[in-house]
Amino acid sequence: MRSLWAIYRREMQHYFVSPIAYVVGGVFLGVAGFFFNGILTFMLRQAMQMGFQAAQMGGAAPPLNVPGMVVQNFFAVLGSLTLFLVPMLTMGVYAEEKKRGTIELLMTSPLRDWSIVLGKLFATLTIFAMLLVPTLAYQAFLFHYSEPAPPWKILFAGYVGVLLLAGALISLGEFLSSLTENQIVAAVLTFGVFLILWVLDLGAQSTSGGIGALLKQLSLVRRYNDFTLGVMDLASMIYFASFAAFMVFLTLRSLDSMRWRRA
Amino acid sequence: MIEVESLTKIFGQKSAVDHVSFKVEKGEIVGFLGPNGAGKTTTMRMLTGYLPASSGTVRIDGFDVAEQSMEVRKRIGYLPEMPPLYTEMKVESYLDFVARIKSLPSATRAERIDRALEMAHLTDRRHDLIRHLSRGYRQRVGIAQAIVHDPDVLILDEPTAGLDPKQIIEVRQLIKGLAGTHTIILSTHILPEVSMTCDRVLIINHGKIVAEDTPENLTTQLRGGERLRLLVRADEVGLRKALEGIDGVREIAATALRDGGRLSVVVDVSPERDVRSQVAARIVQGGFDLYELRSERMSLEEIFLQLTTEESDESARREA
Repeated sequence: MRSLWAIYRREMQHYFVSPIAYVVGGVFLGVAGFFFNGILTFMLRQAMQMGFQAAQMGGAAPPLNVPGMVVQNFFAVLGSLTLFLVPMLTMGVYAEEKKRGTIELLMTSPLRDWSIVLGKLFATLTIFAMLLVPTLAYQAFLFHYSEPAPPWKILFAGYVGVLLLAGALISLGEFLSSLTENQIVAAVLTFGVFLILWVLDLGAQSTSGGIGALLKQLSLVRRYNDFTLGVMDLASMIYFASFAAFMVFLTLRSLDSMRWRRA
Repeated sequence: MIEVESLTKIFGQKSAVDHVSFKVEKGEIVGFLGPNGAGKTTTMRMLTGYLPASSGTVRIDGFDVAEQSMEVRKRIGYLPEMPPLYTEMKVESYLDFVARIKSLPSATRAERIDRALEMAHLTDRRHDLIRHLSRGYRQRVGIAQAIVHDPDVLILDEPTAGLDPKQIIEVRQLIKGLAGTHTIILSTHILPEVSMTCDRVLIINHGKIVAEDTPENLTTQLRGGERLRLLVRADEVGLRKALEGIDGVREIAATALRDGGRLSVVVDVSPERDVRSQVAARIVQGGFDLYELRSERMSLEEIFLQLTTEESDESARREA
């Protein structure tokens, strides 16, 4: 446990001194802010138009929950951004250790492999959570100005969902990083796999029958979408957790196999 | 302390380490000597458990590296060929990290880090980023990393690589200072290095141990010393007869040159006496023409190189 903490601390330190984390964080927040602004203005215009139309028709405007729609759409975008963000955070996690030879230090120290894997996973997840913190300002903004108040439930479910999604994706990205000693290869591989996950989700929407149903059950993106609607499904939570656990298991196997391959 | 029994590592078809066996007693410093690619690094990686052996066993302090890896890892300090450095860290916080993953109790950690910095002559660089250090200083951080948890066994892969002569002397002193309380295996391809630091030398070539002895004995054996190169117009038999009588001449090897009757001759002589004037006199007395006579001294490295190549030729012949 102590060594897990040591690994976690070093990994966090590494993110704080590496330019990648700052660039990724800056770009992420910039893009997220841009989308939030876009969604907000779009929704407001939409609401106004509907108000006009209703007035012309001489009836009452249909009830439209603008803050709720904004929050929902924002989380949908946040999910997609996560798919792009995570590979950049995970690409170096093992690849760099292998390249620099520091993996030799870790593997000959009295550490259990799982404390390496979990220490690194928790560190990346912490960094990701820290990147989300500034987006709370957007929500504070909504709370301050909107009428009705934005739905707490969706906000809460959304943040839980995005953290669960990130946990699953980070564990997958770190597994892929453990397969190579080249960061670029790791990044491209991770992007590729994430893209396939995304496409599979689109496929699941258009496919009917048994395969479609199966894909829907397996899709991370689909399960995340439930959260953006404010639905916190226990089965989905367990699915995200088991997905991450399986990836941790694969990473452990990958570390173990490093010993057996030509070094 | 360290027992290695017919340790073998096979990469594909090629065996990098071939049935290597040796023992190291507690407090001994043993040098692994061999040309690059002889299997030194592979052997050391197997000693630390970083690479599994294809066959054979390694025991450190009675613990099997394959079976009781955690016990072994607690007892060893390891400097790999490439120092395992997190270059974005400061020297001190790097050592703190290493001390933590070596599960050093927090009570002694600060003290051990100070000690390691002091021993590696890094105290004044403790707040520097490793990225900003020169090659030599990085190597020292690598050494500090290996000794920070005060392990019983130190495995150092080329500890003096990349250092300047002054630093090399310091590192050798550091290693000698650790002797007695620590059991040390170090590898090098520099011959004088082992004679200065090690109690015992294992010469490894093509994955096999070709010689094992104290540095003194090896140096005596290897002191082939001096050679004379001659260029003479003579017949070989006559020349041999003329030179063989001289006290101090050991071996004569002659090759006929194509330019009609001249011989290129290499004479191995003992280093104690200078026989050049005698050789010249005998040649002239024998009625031969002497064109050239020069003395050359074989360096220790050269002799070592010859030894390892000869030995491997022999073993190849034996195998054939």
